[in-house]
Amino acid sequence: MPMLTRYYIKASFIHLLLGLLLGVLLALPTAADVLFAALRPVYLHLIILGWVGQLIIGVMYWMFPKYSPTQPRGNQRLGWAIFVALNGGLLLRAIGEALLSLAPESASGWLLAVSAVLLFAAGWGVVANTWQRVRER
Amino acid sequence: MPRISVWMVRTALLYLGIGFTFGALMLWNKGIPTQPSLWRLLQPHIEFLIFGWTLQLAMGVATWILPRFSQPPRYGNLALAWAAFFSLNSGVLLAAFATWQAHAFYGLLGIGRALELLAALFFVAYAWSRVKPLSTIA
Repeated sequence: MPMLTRYYIKASFIHLLLGLLLGVLLALPTAADVLFAALRPVYLHLIILGWVGQLIIGVMYWMFPKYSPTQPRGNQRLGWAIFVALNGGLLLRAIGEALLSLAPESASGWLLAVSAVLLFAAGWGVVANTWQRVRER
Repeated sequence: MPRISVWMVRTALLYLGIGFTFGALMLWNKGIPTQPSLWRLLQPHIEFLIFGWTLQLAMGVATWILPRFSQPPRYGNLALAWAAFFSLNSGVLLAAFATWQAHAFYGLLGIGRALELLAALFFVAYAWSRVKPLSTIA
C-alpha cells in the first residue's frame, strides 16, 4: 500500500472519530442551538467527506489500474496536494463555521471562502489524477 | 476494466467534480454572501454526490471486480448494467434539475427518484449472480 494511501486511510479514521465525537456533543441537551445549527454541516461533512470520501479516494489511488510503468499512480505531487487541500479545507471549514456562529461580524467568513477554494481544488484534483487511470483493458 | 465500468467511474468522477463545485460555491457564499440563490444548489449537490458519485462509483467498481464467470460472457449480462447506467444518470439529472428550480417540480422529482430505483433494480439483477465464492463460479 503506497504511503499516500496510508495517510488518506488514517486521516479518514481520524475524521470518523472526530465526526462521531461531534455527533455525541451535538446530541447533548446542553448543546447551544446556535452552535448546533452551525456545526451540523461540519458533522455531516466529517463523516461523509472526511471519512467515506477520503477512504474511497485513498483506496482508488492504491487499487485503480496503473497510469504507466514509471508513474503507476499518476502524479504523486498532485496526490499529496489533494490530500493537503482536502484535509486543510475540512479543518478550516470546521473552525470557520464555529467562529462564524459565535462572532458573525468577525472575519471568519474568509476562512469559509478559503476552505471552499481548497475543497473545490481537491475535488477536481481527484478527477484529474484519476481520469487516465480509468481505462478499458 | 470493462467498458461499462470505465463509463460508470468516469461519469462518477464528473459528478464528483461538479458536486464539489456546487458545495464550494455555497460554502463561499456562506462565508462571503454573494448571491442568495446559490443555496438552491444544495439538493443538486447532495443528489450528485450521493447517487451520481458514490453509488455510481460503487456500481462501476463492482462490475469490474466482482468474481467473473468462467464461460463467456464472463462479466454476465452487461445489457442490465448499461440499463442501470442510463437509468441512474437520467434519474440523477432529473432529480437535480427538479430540486434546483425555485419551485421544485415534484412530478419531475418523482420520475427522477423512480429512475434511480429502477437503476438499482437493474443493477441488483445484474450483479446478483456474480456475488458468490470464487471456487463455485459457474
